[in-house]
Amino acid sequence: MNPVEILRFALRGLTANKMRSALTMLGILIGVAAVILLIAVGQGSSEQIQQNIQRLGANSLTISPSTSGGGGRGGGGGFGGGGGAGAQQNSGPRTQAKDLTVEDAKALADPTNAPSVKSVSPVAQAQSQTATYEGASHAIQQFVGTYPSYFEASNKPVVKGTYFYNDDVVAARKVVVIGNTVAEDLFGTVDPVGKQIVVSGVPFTVVGVLKEAGSSGFQDADDVAIAPLPAVQQSLTGFGPLGQIVVEAKSSDLVDTAQSEVTDILNQRHDITNAASTDFRILNQATLQETAAAATGTFTVLLGAVAAISLLVGGIGITNIMLVTVTERTREIGIRKAIGAPRAAILGQFLVEATVLSLVGGLLGVVIAVIGAQFTIAGVKPVLVPLSIVLALAVSVAIGLFFGSYPANRAAKLRPIEALRFE
Amino acid sequence: MTEMTDTRKPVLDIRNVAKVYGEGETAVHALRGVSLQVDRGDYVAIMGTSGSGKSTLMNIIGCLDVPSSGGYLLDGTNVGVLDDARLAIVRNRKIGFVFQSFNLIPRMSALANVELPLAYGGVKAAERRRRALAALDQVGLAQRVGHQPNELSGGQQQRVSVARALVTAPTLLLADEPTGALDSRSSGDVMRIFDGLSASGRTIVLITHEDDVAAHAKRVIRLVDGQVVEDVRRSPVSGLPPRLAEVGA
Ligand SMILES: Nc1ncnc2c1ncn2[C@@H]1O[C@H](COP(=O)(O)OP(=O)(O)O)[C@@H](O)[C@H]1O
Ligand SMILES: [Mg+2]
Repeated sequence: MNPVEILRFALRGLTANKMRSALTMLGILIGVAAVILLIAVGQGSSEQIQQNIQRLGANSLTISPSTSGGGGRGGGGGFGGGGGAGAQQNSGPRTQAKDLTVEDAKALADPTNAPSVKSVSPVAQAQSQTATYEGASHAIQQFVGTYPSYFEASNKPVVKGTYFYNDDVVAARKVVVIGNTVAEDLFGTVDPVGKQIVVSGVPFTVVGVLKEAGSSGFQDADDVAIAPLPAVQQSLTGFGPLGQIVVEAKSSDLVDTAQSEVTDILNQRHDITNAASTDFRILNQATLQETAAAATGTFTVLLGAVAAISLLVGGIGITNIMLVTVTERTREIGIRKAIGAPRAAILGQFLVEATVLSLVGGLLGVVIAVIGAQFTIAGVKPVLVPLSIVLALAVSVAIGLFFGSYPANRAAKLRPIEALRFE
Repeated sequence: MTEMTDTRKPVLDIRNVAKVYGEGETAVHALRGVSLQVDRGDYVAIMGTSGSGKSTLMNIIGCLDVPSSGGYLLDGTNVGVLDDARLAIVRNRKIGFVFQSFNLIPRMSALANVELPLAYGGVKAAERRRRALAALDQVGLAQRVGHQPNELSGGQQQRVSVARALVTAPTLLLADEPTGALDSRSSGDVMRIFDGLSASGRTIVLITHEDDVAAHAKRVIRLVDGQVVEDVRRSPVSGLPPRLAEVGA
């Protein structure tokens, strides 16, 4: 009895009940496709988050006033979502909380106290500023007043026109670099460079347009405008405390060193003696990245676990069908044994049936998953993980063998007369 | 166990075989010590009323079931001591079994059904096909080889099943009421095939409760309540079966 023969018997057995075979395969198909797709979605979202964080500027530290503890504070906020990472400040006894000031920023730029710092950009922010241009109107989500170093530190290159320069800052010129969303809403197809927009009654001249960053998932990163700090303070925010200070480290290896230098300087300037009374917090992009990676890793594992359960359910489906098949074909098994089928041939036939079911189901599942991964799912572009494909297929075959072996073994062990008498 | 010097040793040598189903109060003694020898070339009919133990005996002879006690030599081999794999080989090579209810495998053509024992015996595809076609031709079904069992009449199905039993050229051909489910014309067809096989030297044991079927055999054994009560020889082992002899005369 050669293997080809056994395979032929198995295929004949499967095609004898096409509907049932198809439904069983569907169970495995869904399981395998789910495993591959969900892991791909997990991977995709993880990569997307990494990119978003990268987009914020990989070597930068964002210092913002700590909002907890003493007294209300204006202008805070910080960037988009993010939350969480960075130095944990807390309540507790606190001396007078101090605001972030341009003087703080200047102190941070001192090359002797902060040798790892490349640039320091103080930031004043105004939210939802209505800008108009020839009748078109748009509420700019973030209107940022800062120094030119901000463009590099926060990874916002200009694609059209120019940045503004230190001269513009010193002279408090009303020039602005706008994000892509703002440009499209106000100007449509018209080239915005050189045009004048009016923001809260104050005219600003557009000098450049930022490269499109895309949605970060939390907010539209292209709905921004960036202007010289004093110009924004004069016309929109006033000369109060800063919203943020963005510090760029000299290299990615120096980010953590820069963070401790910055912390020391600010602690000193703000008379902070114990960590509990810190009145600022530092968002470290590298830390944020690690945290996010860990979180999405957990997410992917969770998705994988859910999918694995569905694969298991598919496996139980195979056992069930094989049990039914064996029971239903007990007489046939009796006939085969009566004409001299060895136990191995019967065992082989049913095992191959189960394996073919799971293998074909698994392969179709891979095909479906690969097709499905071409589409964006829940805002995430799935990224196929080759290992997950190999694993899902291997597991589905193992399931066929494992769950098929019990009924197959039961069938093969029957005495011919018992099988023949079976009703 | 026995002297096996005789070259004309019996094909079948059953010694004091008993079979009990169940135990205690409800135990059924289906066979109560049956001893029986069948020589090569014999054509034996086993008769008896329903429940007399005929099928039980037949299943034991065909290695489908095991006796509760007693010994059994098939072609000189004590099958009682064989393991599962060897028993499968014995069923495949030495025994051809014809059932009352045909027992063909559904959704498989007549040809595939007849090829099946050869497939389990490891015969190559081309050779298998040739022998299966020859067997089907021998039972007069050369025109029906591609039909599935549900496309054949009862008589035709039984002839396919006879072809399946004889295709491996077994030492012993067993048939448990082969005509029990057939009308008289189909019964006649099937019995003529058995007569022909007997004439060509095959050893046949069949069960029947019909006298005109038993009249085809060279020897008639009668079972009552699990015991042999009568064993009559109608014609010599080496001659033609009675019906063919009549025709020939
Ligand atoms: N599997 C079984 N379990 C219990 N009793 C059985 C079984 N098979 C047969 N019998 C009993 O054994 C006796 C002989 O049965 P059987 O050999 O089938 O008789 P026959 O074929 O002559 O009609 C009957 O009384 C029957 O009820
Ligand atoms: Mg019977």
